[in-house]
Amino acid sequence: MASESSYYVPEQSRLPIFATIGLFLTAFGAANWINGGSAYIFFAGALAMATVLWFWFAQVIRENMAGLNSEQLKRSYVWGMGWFIFSEVMFFAAFFGALYYIRNFALPWLGGEGDRGTSNMLWQGFENTWPLYVTPDAAVHGDAAKILGPKEIIDPWHLPLLNTVILLSSSVTVHFAHVFLKQGKRSAFNLWLALTVALGALFLFFQAEEYYEAYKHLGLTLESGIYGTTFFMLTGFHGAHVTLGTIMLLIMLLRSVIAHHFTPDDHFGFEAASWYWHFVDVVWVGLFIFVYVLGA
Amino acid sequence: MAHGPQPGFKRWLYTTNHKDIGSMYLWFSFAMFLLGGCMALVIRAELFEPGLQIVQPEFFNQMTTMHGLIMVFGAVMPAFVGLANWMIPMMIGAPDMALPRMNNWSFWILPFAFAMLASTLFMEGGAPNFGWTFYAPLSTEYAPPSVTFFIFSIHIMGASSIMGSINIIATILNMRAPGMTLMKMPLFVWTWLITAYLLIAVMPVLAGVVTMMLMDIHFGTSFFSAAGGGDPVLFQHVFWFFGHPEVYIMILPAFGIVSAIIPTFARKPLFGYSSMVYATASIAFLSFIVWAHHMFTVGMPIAGELFFMYATMLIAVPTGVKVFNWVTTMFRGSMTFETPMLFAVAFVILFTIGGFSGLMLAIAPADFQYHDTYFVVAHFHYVLVPGAIFSITAGVYYWLPKWTGNMYNETMGKVHFWLAFVGLNVTFFPMHFVGLAGMPRRIPDYALQFADFNQIASMGAFLFGAAQLVFLFNVIRTVQGGKKATAEVWDNPEGLEWTVPSPAPYHTFSTPPAVR
Repeated sequence: MASESSYYVPEQSRLPIFATIGLFLTAFGAANWINGGSAYIFFAGALAMATVLWFWFAQVIRENMAGLNSEQLKRSYVWGMGWFIFSEVMFFAAFFGALYYIRNFALPWLGGEGDRGTSNMLWQGFENTWPLYVTPDAAVHGDAAKILGPKEIIDPWHLPLLNTVILLSSSVTVHFAHVFLKQGKRSAFNLWLALTVALGALFLFFQAEEYYEAYKHLGLTLESGIYGTTFFMLTGFHGAHVTLGTIMLLIMLLRSVIAHHFTPDDHFGFEAASWYWHFVDVVWVGLFIFVYVLGA
Repeated sequence: MAHGPQPGFKRWLYTTNHKDIGSMYLWFSFAMFLLGGCMALVIRAELFEPGLQIVQPEFFNQMTTMHGLIMVFGAVMPAFVGLANWMIPMMIGAPDMALPRMNNWSFWILPFAFAMLASTLFMEGGAPNFGWTFYAPLSTEYAPPSVTFFIFSIHIMGASSIMGSINIIATILNMRAPGMTLMKMPLFVWTWLITAYLLIAVMPVLAGVVTMMLMDIHFGTSFFSAAGGGDPVLFQHVFWFFGHPEVYIMILPAFGIVSAIIPTFARKPLFGYSSMVYATASIAFLSFIVWAHHMFTVGMPIAGELFFMYATMLIAVPTGVKVFNWVTTMFRGSMTFETPMLFAVAFVILFTIGGFSGLMLAIAPADFQYHDTYFVVAHFHYVLVPGAIFSITAGVYYWLPKWTGNMYNETMGKVHFWLAFVGLNVTFFPMHFVGLAGMPRRIPDYALQFADFNQIASMGAFLFGAAQLVFLFNVIRTVQGGKKATAEVWDNPEGLEWTVPSPAPYHTFSTPPAVR
């Protein structure tokens, strides 16, 4: 069969240009909304984007089931997913790097320590502590300060520890699902994958609970100085990625349950989603150590 | 697979063909080159005389900012991606790019992203006016409202770059013809493999830093605000962690193009192929550990100044290896000087001048004097104009007969070269002098003693701009017709792209060629 030996180059496609329009409306709409305009463009764009992605993935799945994808072509998808995850790693690296710089350089200097300790002359009376309960603004201006630190922070050994257990377990369950899939045991695969999705949702529930606590009782918000900034940006982007990963796994589950997709030796859609899941798990371990434990 | 291009505009909207997409990237890039160039001419017109004549300082700042952003993200990067699209599949014997639909998506994002960026010029408060490096807090607390649109346009440009790079890496790693081992790949392919890696590593960091800006501006975070415990210098660290590799993203593919052209016209194989590969990889590695040399005057501990100074100087070693290899390739070759070769030789000479001024800037104590003067402007324009732009131009002349099947007009090509060569040197060489004498960059007015050199520079700029119109005319004429090109085009050039007819058929290498 010719399609087995040669690389399938798809016919021309309307998907990319529609995806472009969707992405553009989403980005333009977001900027417009944030600048005080209406939110409609953003939501229209997001809807368009989601619709296009739906059809795009459907087409890729159809092509694969039609036998158009050679082993070589499948490797392109594998490389694609791998490098995409690497780009995500670098995105988080920017925020972890910011946390590192703030804690090890910027704050000690503001507090009067080290080579650039003269910075303290601008913020006299400020002391470097972490968590940063008293911001430089608060140290200098007292009650008139605009940027106040948090009153309390999240205790790593309660909800975050529980969430660590949940997320690490979910990495194990998704691995079991993979093992059963490779053995051709579909019902076991469905069960373990469903369990993974449930654990993901549970994680997100506790994360929401934690945010609620932080805002309601601890005075820990996005606006509570650099501690709140780094805390919410790092955990928030991670949470967004867990949400996306959960949706990805849920779709894989539905594909398996409803459409009986995936065979023991051809299931890269699921495998890519599971890679993504392991990746968000690893990021969480970094967060638990550097944001929660070493941040307390 | 045997289908050809569809008629009409839908061909361009819906295409999955690497040659179509490559052409669109190149035309888009040229359009942006002209737009960014016009902004440069506004700047040079204002600087023709001291005092304020043509534009207000506020608009002048918007011009410097938009000129930089458009040239970096709109002209240079898409041009290299266009060349990669056209040439990489043909060079490695692949039927197309690995992920053709995503390839089309990567391209079409760009016109939309730049339409959004350019639209900020007409918004209330004007376009971004904080320089293409958008340092906080100028770009956060003191930014015009259009900064939000700037941030989101950077986001989608980044998405385009990341998808484009993933595609290039997947193509190179997965689609090589049997027998095309890594160390047999043309250097253009090698340099793009490494460039794509750099892009995937640093574009997300750029996305991160503009996200931090967005949050600081609109959502009350304190990344760059010392009052909340943040630090404006953090912006510079994160930005330049992206920015320095970005500099090499704009020059490594140029090395690849020049390494293809010089052997052809010197009629000798490239000297030191493997050392070229290792030098490229070394430059890429070093690009991650030199970023703070852009910030010597910001107030860093002395250990930081020294580390970044020495690490930066180290880059001269692999770069020197490359220049040595190009010169040695030409040594005792039977050289002829067709237009691509003229641009390539000018590249080697003028890029080296830019490299040397870079070495001067790398010396931390000396940089305290040079920082933010026209000396810096002269330096990076010497690496970007005769570096990136000349190599792209050389590549276009070199491969244009392969793309169109027609020879370009050689006389017109030479006229273009000499106008551009003279124009750019007249523009940028005097900037070294005014810079060393203390003229600051990004200011619409200057002290009287700088007037002579500025007038010379402005005249050179308009000459350089005019030269590009010759280029445009020549390319259009070649696309329309002209002397037919042979499959080889040049005198026994190396590479698979010369084994297919000119113009290259719509689909090449549907079955992989055999590679010795």
